[in-house]
Amino acid sequence: MGFVNWFKRHLVVLAGLVTLGYLLLPNIVVTVFSFNKPKGRFNYEWQQFSLDAWKDPCGVADMCGSLSVSLQIAVWATIGATVLGTMIAFALVRYRFRARGAVNSLIFLPMAMPEVVMAASLLTLFLNMGAQLGFWTILIAHIMFCLSFVVTAVKARVMSMDPRLEQAAQDLYAGPLQTFLRVTLPIAAPGIAAGALLAFALSFDDFIITNFNAGSTVTFPMFVWGSAQRGTPVQINVIGTTMFVLAVLFVLLSMAVGNRRNRRKA
Amino acid sequence: MAAVTEAPAPPAPTTPATKPPRRRGRFTPYWLLLPGILWLLVFFALPMIYQGSTSVQTGSLEQGYKVTWHFATYWDALSTYWPQFLRSVLYAAAATLLCLVLGYPLAYLIAFRAGRWRNLVMILVIAPFFTSFLIRTLAWKTILADNGPVVGALNTLHVLDVTNWLGWTAGDRVLATPLAVVCGLTYNFLPFMILPLYTSLERIDGRLHEAAGDLYATPFTTFRKVTFPLSMPGVVSGTLLTFIPAAGDYVNADLLGSTDTRMVGNVIQTQFLRILDYPTAAALSFILMAAILAMVTFYIRRSGTEDLV
Amino acid sequence: MTTDNSGDVRLSGIGKTYGSFTAVHPLDLTVPQGSFFALLGASGCGKTTTLRMIAGLEEPSSGTVHLGDQDVTRLPPYKRPVNTVFQSYALFPHLDIFENVAFGLRRRGIKSVKKQVEDMLDLVQLGEQARKKPHQLSGGQQQRVAVARALINHPKVLLLDEPLGALDLKLRRQMQLELKRIQTEVGITFIHVTHDQEEAMTMADTVAVMNAGRVEQLGSPTDLYENPQTTFVANFLGTSNLIEAEVDSRSGDRISLKAGGGKLTLPEARCSASATAGGKILVGVRPEKISLTHADDAGDIPEGRNRISGRIADSSFIGVSTQYVVDSPVCPEFEVYAQNIDRDPRLVPGAEVVLHWNPAHTFGLDAAQDIDAGVETVQPEEGVAA
Repeated sequence: MGFVNWFKRHLVVLAGLVTLGYLLLPNIVVTVFSFNKPKGRFNYEWQQFSLDAWKDPCGVADMCGSLSVSLQIAVWATIGATVLGTMIAFALVRYRFRARGAVNSLIFLPMAMPEVVMAASLLTLFLNMGAQLGFWTILIAHIMFCLSFVVTAVKARVMSMDPRLEQAAQDLYAGPLQTFLRVTLPIAAPGIAAGALLAFALSFDDFIITNFNAGSTVTFPMFVWGSAQRGTPVQINVIGTTMFVLAVLFVLLSMAVGNRRNRRKA
Repeated sequence: MAAVTEAPAPPAPTTPATKPPRRRGRFTPYWLLLPGILWLLVFFALPMIYQGSTSVQTGSLEQGYKVTWHFATYWDALSTYWPQFLRSVLYAAAATLLCLVLGYPLAYLIAFRAGRWRNLVMILVIAPFFTSFLIRTLAWKTILADNGPVVGALNTLHVLDVTNWLGWTAGDRVLATPLAVVCGLTYNFLPFMILPLYTSLERIDGRLHEAAGDLYATPFTTFRKVTFPLSMPGVVSGTLLTFIPAAGDYVNADLLGSTDTRMVGNVIQTQFLRILDYPTAAALSFILMAAILAMVTFYIRRSGTEDLV
Repeated sequence: MTTDNSGDVRLSGIGKTYGSFTAVHPLDLTVPQGSFFALLGASGCGKTTTLRMIAGLEEPSSGTVHLGDQDVTRLPPYKRPVNTVFQSYALFPHLDIFENVAFGLRRRGIKSVKKQVEDMLDLVQLGEQARKKPHQLSGGQQQRVAVARALINHPKVLLLDEPLGALDLKLRRQMQLELKRIQTEVGITFIHVTHDQEEAMTMADTVAVMNAGRVEQLGSPTDLYENPQTTFVANFLGTSNLIEAEVDSRSGDRISLKAGGGKLTLPEARCSASATAGGKILVGVRPEKISLTHADDAGDIPEGRNRISGRIADSSFIGVSTQYVVDSPVCPEFEVYAQNIDRDPRLVPGAEVVLHWNPAHTFGLDAAQDIDAGVETVQPEEGVAA
């Protein structure tokens, strides 16, 4: 009876934890198998413990090269999408203009479109223009699909910002540029940062659009895709594990900094 | 600007200095919008038009394509590939439903029951994002391996007998079956369900739960009559964010499925990148887009949350 | 017998601790059927926690809650014949007014709710608004919906958690009378939590003043006001002038005291502290009981009154009365409220005056307390928010 009651009371928690387990199980497998020493070409079955892959992460041909391509594209795509997206977000929140509805739809549609559709249509464009597929076409595509996400993130932040703050700055002798640099931008910064982070993650991890528009350039996701056909090196798991750990550390660190800042304010 | 701030000397009636300083900013929004919107027009909208035109072209790779308004391509594409279309819709719908069933308790847990663990659980939900999804999807090959513990357990519990009978699995294995594909789709898009659900749950005033309890609603009734209706915006955007990418996905079907689980995304990819039959590929992609836009519009209308977007 | 007291609320030894923090010290309290009872105190004094324990929204760490003869301590809120009017109302935003009010009836499986809901909406004068959503109503209307939503269930006890806190002053006055009218009409027990002493005094038959998780004093509003037994009650309910005094002698039912250079008299029945000769007590008197006479006319003051001399430090004209602050050797800021009947033009700041009052209006308190307890300062939580 007591157990049944306890179970009923904590049913939600138990179900939530099951889902959390489902979400994290693949990451655990990726980490465990980064210490594997597989027999064949594929790293799907546990054989024996080994640190080989961790000692020589770039030991697979072309893998670290693809990683560097991915990083470069992600950085440039983040910068491009963040700048363009922030400008759009400010225009949308702070100004009245014609064709507002059309602009909003144009921002929304890329997020409501299956990637494969965007990928295919962009490829048609590039083929028609006779563009050379490669680094630049990937970058163009990434900026395109990251843009909407940045706009959404920044818009949310700027909308919640009190417009009287800017009026107060102008009342206190700050010109338009000063107002923007000293008041508007610092307050919008968390939204911009969130948008940039999202853009980086989306760009770095994108496969479908990249696969259509990459030509012979190989990004890290494409390398993984290719190795899934030919044979998966353990080093892939090393990279996956490192990325996961770095991401968690980064989030924890930024939270710690945020907490300290809050405490200092209080 | 400086001239304006210096202003109020004695009121000189002769100078009509009534032009608002805002005048300079009249075109500012357009300058701000221009680069980004241009980018989207050229690299998002224009390609759609090109694709539309490609879909009604005929010709061959060697001799080039011409627009001949050959709408039969659409009919051919549909009649050849309707099973893949059907599969896409079914798999995506199943994955969306599973995401909702699995994601709701976790979102609820984070919003109301996690207490000081809230941030940690939140990080654990988001963090997998940062490991390439292809690597994580490949991990499911290990988890669902034929001689692995999961399949073993399902076999012992005779679950596979049921799923075999339903046609979700075949021959005592999970990999290379629809079940594996749906499982992978669910896994990949689960965070897209959890985050909007969490956002709308977190906005609910906790006192509403107390008020419902005070007015004779059992915890379950409170959920049915108060919590769930108030979380509808999250349910709607969560299902959209899950269904749309799942319907267009081909990675899970390729890595975890077999030739019998191919979805429309697989067909588009093969037509475009291997067979190089551009008109058919463009027509398929156009049909997928139209179908999804129609479904989304219908769905948003039905659920009465148009202000959502 | 059972029908008589089924609306009694009996708390025995009920207490609540959160970790090492004690929100409510174990307390006993009985609220009789049909009364309008107020729990009064500053924020964080444990009054809301006490209310929530009665509602079942908070589990007590110790003690029991009885409704009539029924022990409801372990019952979840949805099984208690008790309803709550929540602070800022907690109306369901996705349901219209009608459905909000019908919510409790429907949960108890009542099918035909239309008539009841309409009658209840008429009682709170909202018949026209039935199909509106909560956010379309004004604050006062929302408040009435919250009351209707609770009352329609015919609870044994209605709990009100700062029900008027979100309304402006004028509306609050109006709703106070309205609530009092409804309570008289339906005749069920109301337990009302508030930090507003005026609200508690106008509405309730019985008031319990709470401070730091304890009930300081319980009684009718007049009793609490005229005969406070702690400095907290004396200061929190209205204003009191408190003087430190030494017990000189006791004769019959009177205690003679020395304060500064003067003598004061206190009826023994109005002294809540033990008065032994040579011991200290605090003597209190309300500002409106005091008369003010210019020092030149001191001879006209009748014999037998308590008197203290001083100098007017400040005066402010309020309309119905004038409030003076008087500096005197026994008390630096003596407050005096004088009705504006015949104003003496000599009573201006700087004037030497004699304060005098009927000894029967004096009360005596234990001197071992903080003399400033309960003095209204800036609310700490508002201080943090600002």
